[in-house]
Amino acid sequence: MSGDARTPAAPLAPRLRRAFERPRAKRAALIPYLTGGHPDVETSHRLIATLVDAGADVVELGVPFSDPIADGPVVQRSAHEALRAGVTPETVFELAAAHRDRVPFVLLTYVNSLLAYGGARFFARAAEAGVEALVIPDLPLDEAAATVTGAGVEAETAGGLVALASAAGVSLVPMAAPTSTDARLAMVGAAATSFVYCVAVTGVTGPRQEVGEALPGLLERLRRHTAAPLAVGFGISTPRQAAHVAGLADGVIIGSALIDAVARAAGREGACAAAGDLVRRAGAAIAAG
Amino acid sequence: MTVESRFGPYGGRYVPETLIPALDELTSAYGEARDDAAYQAELARLLAEYAGRPTPLYHAARLSERCGATVLLKREDLLHTGAHKINNVLGQALLAKRMGKTRVIAETGAGQHGVAVATACALLDLECAVYMGTEDVRRQELNVVRMRLLGATVVPVESGSCTLKDAMNEALRDWVSNVGHTFYAIGSVAGPAPYPAMVRDLQAVIGAETIAQVRERYGRLPDELVACVGGGSNALGLFHAFRHLPVRMTGVEAAGEGLDGRHGAPLAKGRPGVLHGSFSYLLQDAWGQVMEAHSVSAGLDYPGVGPEHAWLKDSGRAEYAAVTDEEALAAFAALTRLEGIIPALESAHAIAYVLRGPCDAAAAPPSPTVAGRHATDGGRVAFGPDGTRFAADDVVIVNLSGRGDKDVHEAAQLLEGPA
Ligand SMILES: Cc1ncc(COP(=O)(O)O)c(C=O)c1O
Repeated sequence: MSGDARTPAAPLAPRLRRAFERPRAKRAALIPYLTGGHPDVETSHRLIATLVDAGADVVELGVPFSDPIADGPVVQRSAHEALRAGVTPETVFELAAAHRDRVPFVLLTYVNSLLAYGGARFFARAAEAGVEALVIPDLPLDEAAATVTGAGVEAETAGGLVALASAAGVSLVPMAAPTSTDARLAMVGAAATSFVYCVAVTGVTGPRQEVGEALPGLLERLRRHTAAPLAVGFGISTPRQAAHVAGLADGVIIGSALIDAVARAAGREGACAAAGDLVRRAGAAIAAG
Repeated sequence: MTVESRFGPYGGRYVPETLIPALDELTSAYGEARDDAAYQAELARLLAEYAGRPTPLYHAARLSERCGATVLLKREDLLHTGAHKINNVLGQALLAKRMGKTRVIAETGAGQHGVAVATACALLDLECAVYMGTEDVRRQELNVVRMRLLGATVVPVESGSCTLKDAMNEALRDWVSNVGHTFYAIGSVAGPAPYPAMVRDLQAVIGAETIAQVRERYGRLPDELVACVGGGSNALGLFHAFRHLPVRMTGVEAAGEGLDGRHGAPLAKGRPGVLHGSFSYLLQDAWGQVMEAHSVSAGLDYPGVGPEHAWLKDSGRAEYAAVTDEEALAAFAALTRLEGIIPALESAHAIAYVLRGPCDAAAAPPSPTVAGRHATDGGRVAFGPDGTRFAADDVVIVNLSGRGDKDVHEAAQLLEGPA
């Protein structure tokens, strides 16, 4: 592993950092999440534009994967539909590239999509498409930093994916969960090069009635280890919940509820109207405090 | 001693952060239990008194004659609940108790692991939920009934191919959501570390007994070990004790409809990738999407394989073959007629391999035995050029990993056509 790969010339994810520093709804950055290419590519383009118009500070796009173990039924279904419609990582890169001037992008991908594409190639392509950070829910810190050689993916994984990503100018977003021990939160904090993704519940993605009770404790413990912005996702479904989380964290990620609204709506116009409405109301609730 | 997490480049813990503390806890609890005489004594007692160990090493004379070598069957099919799965499950269930967990979950394909887990949970008074794909619920119905009788909740999984892979996805999601009080009992040498090493250790009793039995009877080591490979636990269970000895080791994957069609042979046809928490060979498309496997046998109908097998393959220490649905069904019928032993369809793959001539699967002529209704005549039809695969004085040990009660309905239909 070369020293340069670890200490890139410029700090990673400058636009993301700014989005967290100056969120449009003041109290926290609003980060809607969509499965890329769902329900179809054209609607996906329209949805992204709608989200930005409605007040999104950052857009997170999911690369659909066949076996998404961190996702509940809503995201699973959207991923399978997108896959059936032929969506690939390339489709998702193109979506980001098309809107990169309007908003910074975060991509969520499962690790096998990245390995199959080739780690170094994936990071380079992401950077080129205007993606500043990657969330990889099945790549915990230890594996991200592990040097794995052999097995035909050696060039990609030697030196660890962390090193490869920063060499390409992409931030790997570490994740913190309510079950994380303090020792692990210290590792998470130290590894943050853009923000930390805080999982609100001990569970998978999906709309929930209540924001997890474990969240305030997690955020408090994590703050002791890092000054990086903390964004919270998993289960945040309503404007009321978004406002609540905005009082605790620096970013609010709304995923399943948005995908569900899109999936239930009739047609492209209906999907955009429903998505715009949810994000606008969430932004207003966050601003109102 | 530490618990291995990598086998060469393979293995690892590719799971959500939520589970990492639980895997750490499990790793240290298992490490302590493994070195604790009291745990080992309790496990040994249950294996002997409850499960029925040691299992016989049976000289299958008529099968041997057909194969042109001495073939010995390691009779894991005689264990309580009908398969090797119980070895692993008793170890994990005792560990769950020791860790103070009150609920155990599992994935199952053939239902043998699910039945073993439901059984151990009844024995140790633990709550139990078993995830099973709807296709497997259909074809292994007998085991569904058994699990329910034993008090387990069987959760049918309706996604993807509705088989083992999808059941394991759901079990992982359950674990992510209930990790505090729930123990996840994985049924093979797959999944994130420490499972591949832990399950192998718990199954290694198979090979340890076999070494002693074959030495006592023949005064020497065997020439070759043969076992079917789904996730790979019965194979590693047999292989492990022999790993430093001059003995050939052959794992047999499911070639399904043929290696150019739908199959369950990631070691033969897959590429390394990540599924269910570990890096290993995997059936996947160019984009890394996991492909649906196919095998007539639910327990081999899985697109991944345990990471240690990936390493045994790359390092050349073990060799892997693949056997088609047709060959397995023919072997199922043949063993039944030759020896009066009805094997699980999974184990029938290992039998098919020793019955096969020296040519490989791709080159093998289509077996005449399964042409529709003639297929039950397993006692007479040749399986290819005979006698040349093994030397006449070879001693070959086949792991008969399970019995076929669960499969008789499915196999009879496939062999004879609908009644
Ligand atoms: C009898 C039997 N053999 C083999 C297997 C395959 O598993 P493994 O490869 O882990 O031994 C199964 C799985 O269900 C089984 O029931």
